Amino acid sequence: MEYKATKQGYADALIELGHENEKILVMDADVAKATLTEQFEAVFPDRFFNCGVQEQNMLSAAAGLALEGFIPFASTFGVFATCRAGDQMRSSIAYPKLNVKIGVTHCGISVGGDGASHQSNEDIGMARTLPNMTVIVPGDYEESRLATHAAAKMNGPVYLRFGRDKYPVVPEIHGSFEIGKAKTIRKGTDITIITTGILVNEGLLAAKSLEEKGYSTRVIHMHTIKPLDEEVILLAAKETKGIVTVEEHSILAGLGEAVAGVVSEHHPCPVQRVGVMDTFGESGQSQELLDLYGLRAPDVLKKAMKILT
Amino acid sequence: MLDEQKHKDLKTKAKEIRREIVSMVHRANSGHVGGSLGAADIVTALYYHVMQHDPQNPEWESRDRFVLSKGHCTPVIYAALADCGYFPKEDLLTFRRPGSHLQGHPYQPKTPGIDACTGTLGIGISTGVGMALGAKLKKQDQYYYILCGDGEIQEGQVWEAAAFANKYKLDNVIGFVDRNYLQTDGYSEKVMPMDPLDAKWESFGWKVFTINGHDFGEIISTIETAKKETVPVMIIANTTKGKGVSFMEGEAEWHGKPPAKEHFDKAMLELN
Repeated sequence: MEYKATKQGYADALIELGHENEKILVMDADVAKATLTEQFEAVFPDRFFNCGVQEQNMLSAAAGLALEGFIPFASTFGVFATCRAGDQMRSSIAYPKLNVKIGVTHCGISVGGDGASHQSNEDIGMARTLPNMTVIVPGDYEESRLATHAAAKMNGPVYLRFGRDKYPVVPEIHGSFEIGKAKTIRKGTDITIITTGILVNEGLLAAKSLEEKGYSTRVIHMHTIKPLDEEVILLAAKETKGIVTVEEHSILAGLGEAVAGVVSEHHPCPVQRVGVMDTFGESGQSQELLDLYGLRAPDVLKKAMKILT
Repeated sequence: MLDEQKHKDLKTKAKEIRREIVSMVHRANSGHVGGSLGAADIVTALYYHVMQHDPQNPEWESRDRFVLSKGHCTPVIYAALADCGYFPKEDLLTFRRPGSHLQGHPYQPKTPGIDACTGTLGIGISTGVGMALGAKLKKQDQYYYILCGDGEIQEGQVWEAAAFANKYKLDNVIGFVDRNYLQTDGYSEKVMPMDPLDAKWESFGWKVFTINGHDFGEIISTIETAKKETVPVMIIANTTKGKGVSFMEGEAEWHGKPPAKEHFDKAMLELN
């Protein structure tokens, strides 16, 4: 299996966009080496703005640049954009619905060694509860690239969520990309697995195990958390026995609760959530933390069997 | 320089604006009257003398911008914008009411003439310096006037913006600190000491002027000087909170308290 960083997809897309549109600007808050936006800086030094360690000013200043007609991609780690500069995301960007893209890396438990202070497991919840905010959580390198292009094309605030590490390349999710339109990457009639972000491969592996046990398993990749593709969720609720959600995020306020909210209102069905329990993370290697915090295919399988048996 | 007639006209205009401020907050029974009255002379000088703007064309790209970073003082800017003709004066009757474009704090997408959303303190100056950077990238030469409260500058974000403006040499930024020494919980130097303000801003690379924020001659001549600077400018404007209404002057309680009928009547008599 090939592994590639999702943030590299972001960085590559920014350079492609930079060539296409001179209104594209990139900002960073002293983590350009880590977010990889330094690659944009190398090509477009005059359109790159390192704001230093000041995420709050960066997001409000990005709003100012959007007011002047630019398309700023403000980049930092997920935890700093949402928890540190949550007010600026809300009041400067989301409220006036400005054309600012917030591209964040180092999200989820797979940050690894830096530990809980840097492991953003709450950011999807914070971003998706802001009115006007589009929230995209791409699954691999290529989808990250496509999502960044799509975000640049739409007018309005977008939260783009990437990881730190290299993650599996998943050809099933490549091809077209439409914001708000989930990808059904495996057909099935017994049970549905809905993934977001870099755990898509774990969902597919779990589906294979379920097939071996004789359960026809549908896999939906929900790259956009908001606006949520309710149609595809309700179809799954109607046509299969239940849904397992899979995300590298807290089980609170993320994909799982979003899906549960839709089905409980319109077509109740069992929903099981795979995600980080209501707890902080810790230091460790990226891949071992995914094991330790129960974010692997066997964890998905276990939750699926709860519904099926 | 300001001739005598112009000076008189500005004083008359500022009094009209003060009447609107008190009326608006009284009618809504909600809003910030003291800080709005204190900033009325600065806003009047900007909108009726200094700024290049066109009420008939609020989106004119080369217009000077004004960011009310102390976003709670909407009454003063709404009064000026309505009087200039950005929107009908009757709209002022809807201040802070459901369905109105005149929200408690400035909402740029809906209100003609409002250049930026503010409200939570500190975001206005950052948005303003971001806009000013945008103008530099577009090689435009308008000015960005940003009005901060002296309580507001206790926010760390203000100093982030100060550093940013220095880094990008934003000489198109002319800021004001409305230095009235009063904030919600009382005397500012007691709540959180910030003096010496001039040294603080200077150390961040800004050129600082300290003026009487109620003297039109000083306000206007200082802005003219500020335009010649090659660095961002901060004008520390010493003001009196509640200026123009004797019983509100220098009283912290009038920060966010709406005037009831008796206070309203008394204030209007003084502002006649």
